[in-house]
Amino acid sequence: MAMLDVSDLHVAFPRGKSEVEALRGVNLTLEKGERLGVVGESGAGKSMLAFAILNLIAEPGRVSQGRIEFHGENLLDLSERDIRGIRGNRISMIFQDPMVTLNPVLTIGTQMVETLKAHRRITDAQAHRLCVEKLKQVAIPSAESRLDAYPHELSGGLRQRVVIAIALLTDPEVIIADEPTTALDVTIQAEIMALILKLCRDNDVALILITHDLGVVAEVTERIMIMYAGLCVETGSTRGIIRAPRHPYTAGLLKALPQFAGRGARLYQIPGSMPPITALPTGCAYHPRCDRATAECRSRIPPLEHGHACFHPLDQTEAAS
Amino acid sequence: MISFSAFVKRFLSDPVAIGAGLVLLVLLLMAVLAPLLAPQNPYDLMQLSIMDSEMPPSWKPGGDDRFPLGTDAQGRGVLSTIMYGTGISLLIGLGAVVVQGVLGITLGLVAGYKGGWIDSFLMRLADIQLSLSTLMMAIIALALFQAAFDANVYADYAIIMLILVIGIAEWPKFARTVRSSVLGEKKKEYVDAARVIGLPARKIMWGHILPNTLTPVLVISTIQVAEAIMIEASLSFLGLGMPVDRPSLGSLIRSGFEFIFSGSWWITLYPAIVLVVLILALNLMGDWLRDVLNPKLRRGED
Repeated sequence: MAMLDVSDLHVAFPRGKSEVEALRGVNLTLEKGERLGVVGESGAGKSMLAFAILNLIAEPGRVSQGRIEFHGENLLDLSERDIRGIRGNRISMIFQDPMVTLNPVLTIGTQMVETLKAHRRITDAQAHRLCVEKLKQVAIPSAESRLDAYPHELSGGLRQRVVIAIALLTDPEVIIADEPTTALDVTIQAEIMALILKLCRDNDVALILITHDLGVVAEVTERIMIMYAGLCVETGSTRGIIRAPRHPYTAGLLKALPQFAGRGARLYQIPGSMPPITALPTGCAYHPRCDRATAECRSRIPPLEHGHACFHPLDQTEAAS
Repeated sequence: MISFSAFVKRFLSDPVAIGAGLVLLVLLLMAVLAPLLAPQNPYDLMQLSIMDSEMPPSWKPGGDDRFPLGTDAQGRGVLSTIMYGTGISLLIGLGAVVVQGVLGITLGLVAGYKGGWIDSFLMRLADIQLSLSTLMMAIIALALFQAAFDANVYADYAIIMLILVIGIAEWPKFARTVRSSVLGEKKKEYVDAARVIGLPARKIMWGHILPNTLTPVLVISTIQVAEAIMIEASLSFLGLGMPVDRPSLGSLIRSGFEFIFSGSWWITLYPAIVLVVLILALNLMGDWLRDVLNPKLRRGED
């Protein structure tokens, strides 16, 4: 049995008298120590998925259907108190923008110790020592003195390191990283990504990396899940999908990467944009942008079979070219 | 936010702030040290003599050097009563703001963070409270209290009653200020992050959101102290505040008011000047704090 097993997850928001769904039946499994990339455009439901796993969907949204099993226990059935014991303890999360995820009026040390104390019975001295140790692990220079610093006294890269240190503080089994490098300088991005990868490997932590950057995913993860309009459209091993995507959307995303275009050539662009969840087309949500769409695609939602949700997938040879 | 050293620098470069600060400091010291400094203890009936009543200030003909600002109808030195009375006024002002703050911050924080029907309920309650004027509510409450207990009991508990009445009547100002800040803060990602860490709502509210809303709270606290002193003075002037034998600035103004047309203007005038100066200094201080602590009004100085 997988460590984390999300099945048929639906998240709904009320709109007038009816509801609209931001997630429309997502499945996901994660083994111990595995690294999974969740890829999709803005609004595909990637972050929604992360918050749903921690049972933190903001009001008035709700998980309307599905199960989220962590070591065989459905997180959706847990009381608020019990789920708090898992959040930030066994499953932690790294956010996109370290400028805003640290509380501006509390010192780094206060925020770290607080996280520890929420989950462990620990003395101040022990907590302090552990915090320094974690700050050293994320390669923060003069870790001891940083504990008294306020977030605004640190650079963006350092702050993200602090956020990572906080995420690692309780030795979690899963880290969900929601676009952890998007808000950082390009030069820092690679460093932070390498750090996350190293720490996950060293501590045998499973990683769910949410991003829209297929390049990063290709380097860091073992498996990929491609999301489009609240559904998973393709999933499989990172290597397999990068080499031979089956879903036309994945193929389009890959073609848009500079690595795959000829030098100086104009980059490929998928025509159109993702529909908002309030105005989804019938059938496959991708059909209006797809050059392989047929009448069937317009009428029926393709089921996720053999790792892709498409009636007319690219065949192996076509995809590999 | 502004660092402490920048805050001190701004203070020292602003003459209005220094002036207001000095005046407040002097009045505060005068009130606290009244038992040491005052020429006479106006609470000690043994020191009072009816023969000394209604003496003009010492530089006037008929004045006495023992009473620099003259005496009132009971023969108490106006200067001494002002020194003691300022203390009572300040005590009531500060005490009322503490009550307002505790009530208002708690309810505002809960309303803003929880939202939904709790928010609606608390804010409608605040609306109702605000639609009844503070003075009216205080008059009703204090009149009932005075009627229910005899004068001696009332005299003993007058300070506490005034603090409670003014504190309870004015909580919506704190609650609304805090609530609106909380609404802005709770959407920020550090709150999400705190929830992801697994902190309970109570800790997120008090430990993470509240410290980020303290700037406006600090500003209205200053202005509310002035407001509370004013209300207390009004109530005392109406005879519902501090009793005559433990006068606040308001009761001093009132006690002299009866004699103003018989020529004893000093009994009312001097406490009134102190009251005006005190309120003015507090308000100037509040305005200055608002300007300094509001980054939108800062003029690129630090």
